[in-house]
Amino acid sequence: MLLTSFFVLLIALCAVGYMLGRNKAAAAAGGNLSSLHSLLSYHGWNVALSTFMAGAGVLILWAFLGTFFDGASPLIGVILGTIAALAAFTVTFGQITQSFRARNFVEGLIKALLILASSIAILTTVAIVLSMVFETGRFFSQYPWQDFFFGANWAPNFRGNSDLGMLPLLWGTLYVSFIALLVAVPIGLFAAVYLSEYASSKVRSFAKPMIEVLAGIPTIVYGLFALITVGPMLRDYFAQPLGIGESSSSVMTAGIVMGVMLIPFVSSLSDDIINAVPQAMRDGSLGLGATPSETIRQVVLPAALPGVVGAILLAASRAIGETMIVVMGAGAAARLSLNPFEAMTTVTVKIVSQLTGDTDFSSPETLVAFALGITLFVLTLGLNVLALYIVRKYREQYE
Amino acid sequence: MTDASANTPATPRVKTSLLELGERTKKRNAAEARFKLYGMMAVGTGVAALLLLLISILSQGLPAFTQTFIKVNITLDESVLDPSGNRDPDEISKVLTFSYDPIINDSLKGLALELSAQHSEVTADVLQDMISAEAKGRLRADVIANPDLIGQTIEYEFLANGRIDGYMKGRVTRETAELDGNVTPLQLDVADAMIVEEKLEKRFNWAFITAPDASELRPEAAGLGVALMGSAYMMAIVFCLALPIGVAASIYLEEFAPKNWITDIIEVNISNLAAVPSIVFGILGLAIFINYMGLPNSAPIVGGLVLTLMTLPTIIISTRASLKAVPPSIRDAALGVGASKMQAIFHHVLPLAAPGILTGTIIGLAQALGETAPLLLIGMVAFVNNYPESIFDPATALPVQVYNFTQRSDPAFVERASGAIIVLLVFLFCMNMIAIILRRRFERRW
Repeated sequence: MLLTSFFVLLIALCAVGYMLGRNKAAAAAGGNLSSLHSLLSYHGWNVALSTFMAGAGVLILWAFLGTFFDGASPLIGVILGTIAALAAFTVTFGQITQSFRARNFVEGLIKALLILASSIAILTTVAIVLSMVFETGRFFSQYPWQDFFFGANWAPNFRGNSDLGMLPLLWGTLYVSFIALLVAVPIGLFAAVYLSEYASSKVRSFAKPMIEVLAGIPTIVYGLFALITVGPMLRDYFAQPLGIGESSSSVMTAGIVMGVMLIPFVSSLSDDIINAVPQAMRDGSLGLGATPSETIRQVVLPAALPGVVGAILLAASRAIGETMIVVMGAGAAARLSLNPFEAMTTVTVKIVSQLTGDTDFSSPETLVAFALGITLFVLTLGLNVLALYIVRKYREQYE
Repeated sequence: MTDASANTPATPRVKTSLLELGERTKKRNAAEARFKLYGMMAVGTGVAALLLLLISILSQGLPAFTQTFIKVNITLDESVLDPSGNRDPDEISKVLTFSYDPIINDSLKGLALELSAQHSEVTADVLQDMISAEAKGRLRADVIANPDLIGQTIEYEFLANGRIDGYMKGRVTRETAELDGNVTPLQLDVADAMIVEEKLEKRFNWAFITAPDASELRPEAAGLGVALMGSAYMMAIVFCLALPIGVAASIYLEEFAPKNWITDIIEVNISNLAAVPSIVFGILGLAIFINYMGLPNSAPIVGGLVLTLMTLPTIIISTRASLKAVPPSIRDAALGVGASKMQAIFHHVLPLAAPGILTGTIIGLAQALGETAPLLLIGMVAFVNNYPESIFDPATALPVQVYNFTQRSDPAFVERASGAIIVLLVFLFCMNMIAIILRRRFERRW
């Protein structure tokens, strides 16, 4: 409520500032508007923008820094913000004269805002890293890092004395991702090849959007699909008759559904890459008498290989970071096993389970989620950087 | 040369004809056909997966939009509901839900009497178990909203219990009822009798979309109202923050930024942020917005901020593409007639790039609407059944509500979860359609 009234007040002040600034500039011009350096509206905007930026800026700064001081309350922030806004108002309003370069000031302010906006990307990354590094540090002061990274047993116990070894989670993550890639890469790659090299424009205009729709479906939908359709189906028709598993949530369930999710990802990236291979190379191969499939296998794909590898790495990073499908499809039991029809768990599942519900941010059982988070972040970041490097390097080759 | 080749001892030539395919050619052609078939199979698998997914969700979810109601004649006794007799809503709301029990019981006795011709074992208690536990509360809310009903005998529709509803939808059968503690085969017989008497009816259920969530034992009353409001609040926040910040960042990077290492870092950063797993943003939200800045748990403001940070890279990438598509001649012309650089961009380039920017924003919003994982971490998975009044009140979001439904044991919630997914998909479909229409109508090719 306090904040709402503050912002209403601030915007009202800005509107008043705009009108007053305009009027004062008009008065300063003394009837001859062309004697002013800047248009009237720039004088108004100068007052309004400075007021707003001072007020909102101080408040936001207070929201971030306020926690450093004891007894910090939003009220103090609001009061400070109001003071700053009023100060900016009086200063800028006082500046208005006939020759005042209001347009340059306004453009400077806008440029500052633009720079601020683009630095948010960096701030986000910094915030991500900081938020996890601090808590991870606290975790490792309570739990030895060797046991976390190399422990083969995951058994959190909220009364303390838990085993928090990451290996079973990492194994589950990699296993699910592996199966997902096993599904997505051949299907995605063949679909891309077929659509770009063989399909008539009629088929393409129908099938391509259909496959791309798969990319727009939220992961929760895939999760539900795994939970209510794919999981029971695999259990009833494969796992139980063959006697290799009893649970409907399994590595296979999550892997297959995640594979479906990744198909459009692999196919659209590969499509771009295959289209980037120069037509002259295809023509040369076909001219020598190779069939289209020989051309694709022996000329186009080898030429596109680095790009395809990049695409697969990007897909792998997606698979590793995917959460909802594994939360709903893979199960919750941490296990080191080779049987894909058994329930296993992943890093992301455990981040969710350790951080939802009643959490106590001083116990290692909760803090371990941050250590898992930073591991995930580093893993996916590494894959992304590598993939982007490969893709970029490859693109330059034919341009 | 020709002589030399003529003089070499001729290798025994296999007789071949151009009209007849040799072994090797046949093999190569077969490989070609196989390869093409693989491609077709791959495309077919993708399309089939999509269809299977949609069919499975639709077939499971469509029943959620209908609900079974039981029609009862109910006498709203004035001496119980409004002892003072002045129809003052404040007075009426002092009457507890508990006091409605005898009234409902009386009305059910009447219904049992009507049904006794069809079925001899019907009693008010049997019927009592067939209506939802939520029915009392709804009746009370209706009476408070419309005090004039007091003292009258009205025909009222009680929400049927989840199992009776499941029977109407084919989920519960007599065999499962035998094993189920919450419903007896007798009640199913009574339900059949009620259908004959037109006392039991299945119809479209707006409450599924508007009502708040209900407890684990009342799947029939659970709705998406709070989740939809939470999602709407968050989308508003994302739109208000991500669009201006994203556009401002893109304008700077595309039009002003000098080529130096700082801008390089920003660019690499943005492309990496686009690929950071969404759950990591949830950890960020939990650690920074909730634990550090002290914003409330489960509130749409936190969800909105997290989703804003998540969609920013998408919006920046698409905005930069549409800014880049505006030809430099536009800028040159504006600068040539004396506009400042800022004026050239804000007055000329930006309006021309607007359709593309809006398209990218809508696609980013659609992505944010379906995002679940980060919202789980900031507490939006909690059970909330009060409508949020501001962005600081606890709420849930549509995809999180789906997850929430799937975590409950009653199978009726599977239907609810799929129904919620249908609502979500309808929203996403509309947003993508708007994006496509915008692109078709306003995109200019230079």
